[in-house]
Amino acid sequence: MKRKVYEIIGRILLYGCAAITIGLLLFLIAYILFRGIGGISWQFLSTSESVINGTIGILPAIENTLFVILVSLIIALPLGVGAAIYLTEYAKNKRFVAVIEFASETLAGIPSIIYALVGVIIFCTALKLQKTLLAGSLTLVIMILPTIIRSTQESLKTVPQSYREGALGLGSGKWHMIRTVVLPSSIEGIVTGCILAVGRVVGESAVLMYTAGMSMAMQSFSIDSIAGASGATLTVALYHYAKENADFQVAFSIATILLILTVLINFAAAFLGKKLKRS
Amino acid sequence: MQVLFTLCGLAAVGFVLLITVYLVISGIPAIQKVGLFDFLFGQTWAASQDQYGILPLILTSVYGTAGAIVIGVPIGFFTAVFLAKVAPKKIANIIRPAVSLLAGIPSVVYGLVGMCVLVPALREWLNLPAGDSLLAAMIVLAVMILPSVISLSETALEAVPKEYEEASLALGATKLETYFRVLAPAAKSGIAAAVVLGIGRAIGEAMAIMMVAGNVANMPELTRSVRFLTTGISIELNYSQDGSLQRQALFSIGLVLFLFIMLINAFLNLVLKREKER
Repeated sequence: MKRKVYEIIGRILLYGCAAITIGLLLFLIAYILFRGIGGISWQFLSTSESVINGTIGILPAIENTLFVILVSLIIALPLGVGAAIYLTEYAKNKRFVAVIEFASETLAGIPSIIYALVGVIIFCTALKLQKTLLAGSLTLVIMILPTIIRSTQESLKTVPQSYREGALGLGSGKWHMIRTVVLPSSIEGIVTGCILAVGRVVGESAVLMYTAGMSMAMQSFSIDSIAGASGATLTVALYHYAKENADFQVAFSIATILLILTVLINFAAAFLGKKLKRS
Repeated sequence: MQVLFTLCGLAAVGFVLLITVYLVISGIPAIQKVGLFDFLFGQTWAASQDQYGILPLILTSVYGTAGAIVIGVPIGFFTAVFLAKVAPKKIANIIRPAVSLLAGIPSVVYGLVGMCVLVPALREWLNLPAGDSLLAAMIVLAVMILPSVISLSETALEAVPKEYEEASLALGATKLETYFRVLAPAAKSGIAAAVVLGIGRAIGEAMAIMMVAGNVANMPELTRSVRFLTTGISIELNYSQDGSLQRQALFSIGLVLFLFIMLINAFLNLVLKREKER
């Protein structure tokens, strides 16, 4: 009898909780699409907000997001890949490797609001960059660095040792060997790292809200004004419309776009991850 | 080239030091001015009256995180058992990427849905004047930690040797008894890691709860508007004057939060290390 009750309760908990998770997921997706998809039009995507015409467009937010992704990746990618190369190819002192790996894990565990503070203290104030997309991007470099280090490191480890020995045996120098043999065979892992990093940047809001500004105006992005450009990315724009303008239609439309981006990013990362495993 | 790569490797260490040093330097002045005891245990936070006590924020963060764990971990754990052991492979292979999608959704999106669905619903059901409350924040946090709890617990469950399961079944235990009384205890350090990771996530989240918690620095109560350590920073960061005591106090909150996170991470590393050694 007791076992029977145990069985029934266990079953209810198991299926019930799985149902809650799946239900929640379906509800979230359906609700966001239901409220958001109607507001998306070409005009919404390709113009900026105009008070005169009474129209709302998020082109500036899209541009700002792309700008932040580009700048943070340009800096974080070489830095992260370089660190991973050092850790897997050059480093001999085990303790030193442990210190660097510990540092990278620590960076990965710091929440974004702390990064926001650090960005405000270091980049906006101490380095006098003010609230600009540049300051935001630089803060994000620190944040996405561990992601790139880890996935590059993992894919470097999958390159067979015999490749390295073969190249060295043929008389190649170490750097030449890394450049022509090791890196090309681990390119998929590096790309996966970049995709994951892009996902973090796209989803980040706290850091950018305080270091990059909240303006929804068009930027020029010309050479002489690029350092001073300041504005909202998609997530910050979502917050702005939801919390400060209480314009939920626009907020849900932006949420729909973010959701679609998340799906694309996840698929790309999973696809590359699978390919990596097979090779 | 080696020098260049070494420098890249050192960059991560440098950043950690930079963050720590800057947070300590900027966080200390306000604590000195307010007094460590008054800062940590003061019960009122009111910048307009120059009162900077963060006890309500600390307690709210602790309660909110505990609530998220109490709600999120059981659901996540049972879902993980379902995915690892019960669900047909095909179905599990559809649900798994969906769960990782849940992990990738930006926190403002959770905040938005919480604002538009959860907050009004709580107001209706519990007859509150406003639904923005600690309870709303707990639920949103529980949803947000769900993916990491699920994936870590599932990995831990799958790492348990197949023999344990077979032996238990052969001794006449039912499948469910095997899952809960054999597999779960065997996977307990992995599940502990999932819980600690969930705590780390929940205590650090700012944007989503800023949208549903109401952000008044009350002492925590389930149905009242509350302010977390994270939202304590975020709500005033844009309005505080550079160099003012208020802004310095925000940096001090950051320092306290940073210490919390470092403790949790150290604990997580310990748990994971023990898991590895086994």
